Amino acid sequence: MVDVVIIGAGVTGCAVARFLSAYKGSFVVMERNEDVCTGTSKANSAIIHAGFDAAHGSLMAKYNILGNRMYPALSKELDFAYKNNGSLVLALSDEDIPKLEALMENGIKNGVQGLEIVDKKRLKELEPSVGHVPVAALYAPTAGIVCPFGATIAFAENACANGVEFCFDTEVKGITPGTDDEGKPCWVIQTAEGAVRTRAVVNAAGVYSDILHNMVSSQKIQIIPRKGDYLLLDRRTGGYVKHTVFQVPGKYGKGVLVSPTVHGNTIIGPTAEDIDDKEGVDTTSEGFDDLMEKAGLAFDDLPLRDVITSFAGLRAHEARHDFILGEVADAPLFFDCAGIESPGLTAAPAIGEEIAREVAEKLGLPANEGFVATRKGFTDPKSMSQEELSALIARSPEYGRIVCRCEQVSEGEIREAIRRPIGARSLDGVKRRVRAGMGRCQAGFCSPRIMDILAEEWGVDVADITKSGGHSEVIVGFVKDRM
Amino acid sequence: MKTVNLTCIGCPLGCQLEVMMEGEKILMVTGNTCQRGEAYARKEVTDPTRIMTSSVRVYGSVAGERMVPVKTASDIPKGKTMEVAASLRGVSVPCPVNIGDVVIRNVAGTGVDMIATKNVL
Amino acid sequence: MEQKAYHLIIIGGGPAGLSAAVAAYDAGERSILILERDTRLGGILNQCIHNGFGLHTFQEELTGPEYAQRFIDQVKDRNIDYKLDTMVLSISKGEGNAKQVVAVNEADGLMQLTADALVLAMGCRERSRGALNIPGFRPAGIFSAGTAQRLVNIEGYLPGRRVVILGSGDIGLIMARRMTLEGAKVLVCAELMPYSGGLKRNIVQCLDDFDIPLKLSHTVVRIEGKERVEAVVIAEVGPDRKPIKGTEERYECDTLLLSVGLLPENELTIGLEADMSRVTNGPLVNESLETSIPGVFAAGNVLHVHDLVDYVSEEAHLAGESAAAYIASLEAGNGPVPHAGVLITFSGGVRYTVPATADVSRIEKWLKIRYRVGDVMTNRVVSLYLNGNRVLTKKRRVMAPGEMEELVLLKKQVEEYPVVESMEIRIEEDKA
Repeated sequence: MVDVVIIGAGVTGCAVARFLSAYKGSFVVMERNEDVCTGTSKANSAIIHAGFDAAHGSLMAKYNILGNRMYPALSKELDFAYKNNGSLVLALSDEDIPKLEALMENGIKNGVQGLEIVDKKRLKELEPSVGHVPVAALYAPTAGIVCPFGATIAFAENACANGVEFCFDTEVKGITPGTDDEGKPCWVIQTAEGAVRTRAVVNAAGVYSDILHNMVSSQKIQIIPRKGDYLLLDRRTGGYVKHTVFQVPGKYGKGVLVSPTVHGNTIIGPTAEDIDDKEGVDTTSEGFDDLMEKAGLAFDDLPLRDVITSFAGLRAHEARHDFILGEVADAPLFFDCAGIESPGLTAAPAIGEEIAREVAEKLGLPANEGFVATRKGFTDPKSMSQEELSALIARSPEYGRIVCRCEQVSEGEIREAIRRPIGARSLDGVKRRVRAGMGRCQAGFCSPRIMDILAEEWGVDVADITKSGGHSEVIVGFVKDRM
Repeated sequence: MKTVNLTCIGCPLGCQLEVMMEGEKILMVTGNTCQRGEAYARKEVTDPTRIMTSSVRVYGSVAGERMVPVKTASDIPKGKTMEVAASLRGVSVPCPVNIGDVVIRNVAGTGVDMIATKNVL
Repeated sequence: MEQKAYHLIIIGGGPAGLSAAVAAYDAGERSILILERDTRLGGILNQCIHNGFGLHTFQEELTGPEYAQRFIDQVKDRNIDYKLDTMVLSISKGEGNAKQVVAVNEADGLMQLTADALVLAMGCRERSRGALNIPGFRPAGIFSAGTAQRLVNIEGYLPGRRVVILGSGDIGLIMARRMTLEGAKVLVCAELMPYSGGLKRNIVQCLDDFDIPLKLSHTVVRIEGKERVEAVVIAEVGPDRKPIKGTEERYECDTLLLSVGLLPENELTIGLEADMSRVTNGPLVNESLETSIPGVFAAGNVLHVHDLVDYVSEEAHLAGESAAAYIASLEAGNGPVPHAGVLITFSGGVRYTVPATADVSRIEKWLKIRYRVGDVMTNRVVSLYLNGNRVLTKKRRVMAPGEMEELVLLKKQVEEYPVVESMEIRIEEDKA
């Protein structure tokens, strides 16, 4: 019997877990995949929205603004990469200017600070690489960029340090009302490993949150996976844009953006296509063409020959286009965090804080006196002075052995990524924590070595090492084994 | 009479060669641009041979190596290639191994030895 | 932090770095350090266990490791210093003619090294799936051919059992044979272009020998499988290289190998702000293989992608000699020799030349100009013009993008041109 089961270890679930761990109780995060941040949280624009486009009065607007204001301090407290770079929404013609004005008006109502419409000249000063087409822009100085995985793992590790248990490869098959040992009502969660009884449930299951919700409520919801393709450019393009550059919103959302990432790459995306498959993260050539065409409206000389990878992510789109948050009316102590699409990443800490408070209040959980609010991030040799790095390598020589050439990641960092409390178990797990394999060769050189390190650290056969959990084994056997 | 089609490997031209044969006897080579093409065709239809390379496991490597690459010390009949490959299955040799060391004598009955092509400590 | 000075630092201990080191030593230079990021010298040759190397250099057919060992032995015989498992983090211009190299390894920690001259010999990397924008899922089982080669030949792992290969460059062809010999079934090799970039010999001996079909003008249009590759769909492409609807063929497989091109690995060179070629992705060099930064030389696949290692060794030999000469000139108090090169221009289908510029007054015996063409062409005459006068012609029955071409200009051919204002390579139809 536990107090709370949080279903889903994306950014929302992990944020809820982190804020819940400030209370005293027994908390479990159940995740169907092998790691945190493997669904919607993993593949998105990685930006912290200012909050001018969410409809005034919506939950999206409320939590966007709150979340936006939390990130600067949280990123320091939990030691993850965040940068306040500001954003620009471009008007591509004079006809778009009223749309900018409407956005600004909406933003002011939402409480966004510092909004300003800039003319072409000022736009060029702010963002010199903008092409000849845009005529004006809405400038939002409070927007930012973040590493989505960095934020999620920071929430998760901090939650874990404060006593939250994480169960990976644990898919929830059913949720039914039950009773605890004292005969009080509780929820029974069915998994392949057996049943778990819990007083409360937080549904943070992303594109699957409708399925979980509909298990307990007669008021059905439907989450439509809305696919977005992205292109990621080489770090050598770092600085091509300084701000996150949007175009005026169209029918399918905020349109194609071009943004720097906190690691110095450039990201272009997303497309928007509603699909049926909740795992349908396949990219299409039409998607790529669409991105290049739309991004090309805003920039004359996008360095598209520096594309190092492309990927697709799914937004958990709900028909009413707003977050569904809080206790479900006909399912006591079942809390939804559903329909978390953009600006979900921005909103996550605010949602986490609010849902944790609501759950704790309903359950009457006391404060956790031992709660540690801070977390130390991964050792980052690249941020060190030469003296610090020399001292580190003298102490731990494995930080002097570079395994990933492109991102210059050492064996020490890779081993640390595996040994942390919520350690990497796959090539992608290592990649998302310390960027080994994230660079321009896309793991061509380093994956054999990282497989060996993973096998050694986990004490398993290298044939069992996967790319991303499940049956994504990297090798299938040994040479001539079936000849 | 039969016709054997070949691609000449002598140069990037890659001439499509036709060899007309009566049993084992070569009647005519056509499609070649130069003399080397004809010579290649004659060898390839009567006695095609290859150097075969692969690798076998090592044990006791102080350098932490797992495999040592090997090759046939001289050409083997082309038709024996897969048989030679299969015969390397399960072979494991002790370190150190040096270039030229015989790893398997008379591999797959070809009369040719399999030799190491790398020094493995 | 360790600080050390050398006359010459060579970045990379593969075939180019080893050959450059030996040549510099033999030209009299004794203060040489090779920095190698892998655990042994020899570079990519260590995993190229097939034969066919060394016909030009040693007049015999060797495997990659055997070829590498010949040069490793030469380096060891000369007691040339080298450091393994050492990653160069940055190179930069120091005071005067000095160059700074920051490198790191386990034993020495962070090192700040100084050199009068550098030879860049970092090699190349493979283009990845991302650079191609192949649509579909991103499951396990997609490898660049070189990664698969390392897994098979160095580690003894089998990356897959049913394989589709995209790209018919030599590495892709070699891997088709390798996977077959190690127990996998190779279903097809698809090539986007209407011709293969690989050597004819490899098409015959790696594909035809094992009845592996080569589909020219085909590409991958879809990858299926969410965890591990389950199928790959290929389709024919038109002259615009776009897939033709209705020509799709689906292959059930667990592996897709990509052999879709090599890219010189020049992040350090770019950091040094050397002038780069947009065509080769390597630095622009003069007849001494010196980059736009005096005293920094480049050779091998970091300069432009080669098809034969013999040519890499030969090119790097020149880079090593040039570096030694540069250092000798500094030592003699003469400073860097001023350079008065002209740009080598070209027409008729040449894509690039190495060197990109030449100062003919500095030719000692001959100048070898390497180039590639952009398309398959037959019956051509290649000519070299100095100041508009044809000084050299060469008939070529066939030229292909996959095969590097060369022209050799002898010193005596340039002697009557004391001032060279232009140098041009022209490819023309052979009307004879």
